[in-house]
Amino acid sequence: MKNQCCLFFVLAFHGLIAQSEMTVSEVAPGIYVHFGQHQLPDKVNHGAVANIGFIVGDTCVAVIDSGGNPDQGYALKAAIKRITDKPVCYVINTHVHPDHIYGNIAFKEKGVKFIGHKKLARAMSARGNYYIAKAAEQLDLKLTAAHIIPPDRLVKNHLAIDLGGRRLILTAQPTAHSDNDLTVFDKKTDTLWLSDLLFLDHLPVIDGSLKGWLEVMQKLQKQKFTTVIPGHGAVVTDWPNGLTAQKTYLQVLLTEIREMIVKGRFLEEAIEQVGYSEKDKWQLFDQFHKRNVTTAFAELEWE
Amino acid sequence: MNIYLQKITLLLLLISPLLVSAAIDESSWKNAIKKQYYAGKTIQESNDIIEIKAPYRAEAPALVPLKIISKIAQTKNRYIKKIVVFVDKNPFPFVGEFEFTPESGKADLAMRIRVNTYSYVRAIAEMNDGKLYMSKKIVKASGGCSAPLGADLDAAMKRLGQMKFKLGNAVKEGKPAMAQLLISHPNITGMQMDQVTRFIKKSHFVDQLKVTFDDKPVLTAKIDIAISSDPNFRFYFMPKKGGVLKAEFTDVFCETPTSRDVCTKGKSYSSSYMIKP
Repeated sequence: MKNQCCLFFVLAFHGLIAQSEMTVSEVAPGIYVHFGQHQLPDKVNHGAVANIGFIVGDTCVAVIDSGGNPDQGYALKAAIKRITDKPVCYVINTHVHPDHIYGNIAFKEKGVKFIGHKKLARAMSARGNYYIAKAAEQLDLKLTAAHIIPPDRLVKNHLAIDLGGRRLILTAQPTAHSDNDLTVFDKKTDTLWLSDLLFLDHLPVIDGSLKGWLEVMQKLQKQKFTTVIPGHGAVVTDWPNGLTAQKTYLQVLLTEIREMIVKGRFLEEAIEQVGYSEKDKWQLFDQFHKRNVTTAFAELEWE
Repeated sequence: MNIYLQKITLLLLLISPLLVSAAIDESSWKNAIKKQYYAGKTIQESNDIIEIKAPYRAEAPALVPLKIISKIAQTKNRYIKKIVVFVDKNPFPFVGEFEFTPESGKADLAMRIRVNTYSYVRAIAEMNDGKLYMSKKIVKASGGCSAPLGADLDAAMKRLGQMKFKLGNAVKEGKPAMAQLLISHPNITGMQMDQVTRFIKKSHFVDQLKVTFDDKPVLTAKIDIAISSDPNFRFYFMPKKGGVLKAEFTDVFCETPTSRDVCTKGKSYSSSYMIKP
């Protein structure tokens, strides 16, 4: 009994440590990523599933996506402190999805500017109440409106920020994965932080525009980058090869859904028939594929 | 025989926990919706007049395909006059009220709706003699990051008011023919996030829809924000030698997503489709 008690405390203590000691990898000099697991956000992981991280300059640090819950945000903050004593000056949210923004509150203090796509604040406002309700229901997280922290600075097209000897170029992308995707380019290491514009192994999730996403990919494919950081999946060092699987999946959706629409078939038929040749290539296919078909079908009906 | 009975009992015992967990709460229907819309009325639960079809697990809660299949023909003497649809646990449960006539041919209906959470979706058919029949189905809306609004709001705003008709290929005189009507409208539920005050936005949705064939009503509907953005309906009509299928709709702005007390009228839109003999 006594032993069991001790074991319990050891486990509990270990749990606390595991939570605060976030593992981060330096994928390029001064660029650190915590890699998320390919899981559906749930009551066990509390939404901490995405790749998040930070970039360290000579004077300060830019956080890129703050995490899937406030605790993960605090854990990221602690990880930054272990690596550098430079202060955080920016929190860049690559888009509105909860796994990328729910850690914002950990960084809300004087001297920290929040940056997002020009449509990010609107997306937060449109989805906020729904997200808060879902956080309680699906993630076991008690959040309030105060946790949805809108950007102080909006990126219309491009914005350059200086971390001291390190310039980051932020680009507001047209509607693709979502309608508020922001990419971060670090000139110093030729690294592009693509976030959810790129999924590896984890099925890509469409919450913006299928056609828009394919267009953005077409453009990025022609460019060269030493390192590319996806929102879900491992770091890519053989660009543009890392893009192939996602491109194939999205292209299959486009082709097959267009065929269905031409034939006068309905949404519910497309959901059951389109894209299943891709099933074995992806994790979380069953969780997200039908939704992708639905979103894409609704878009392509109006082209 | 005894063994048979035992087996049945055993089976029942085995599945009873499943039955219990499947029986989700109907309190909002019993305590609020029914009282508000059908006070004092008797509604028979049955799939013999209409049957509702929807996916049990709705991966895209903003766009759940919903079908209502009618089991009787629309005749002058006996027809479905009205079908009303509710999603019990939506912030505003009323989805729409759809009126049919004997000329509708068939009171089948398909649409796309928003389902906020794990809820019953129900359809109540009112017959021409006033009798009420209800079909219901559980829909489990999942996917927390796809909020109940369209993915690309700006694209939807740009083409607001456009309409398209699509007809099944076999339009035959005297037989019910299916038509699909696509309406481009963002059907905004309302954005009321307090601290991002810049974007307090009223609900803005299609509230009245009327489809006629040669000026005779085919489908008349009063609808609300539970209809997905870019409303999409399938219904039947009786084509005669040829004629004009016409859709008209109006939209409305309301102060809050959950009350219809303070609303202002929006605009009217119309579109016609010529059916050749």
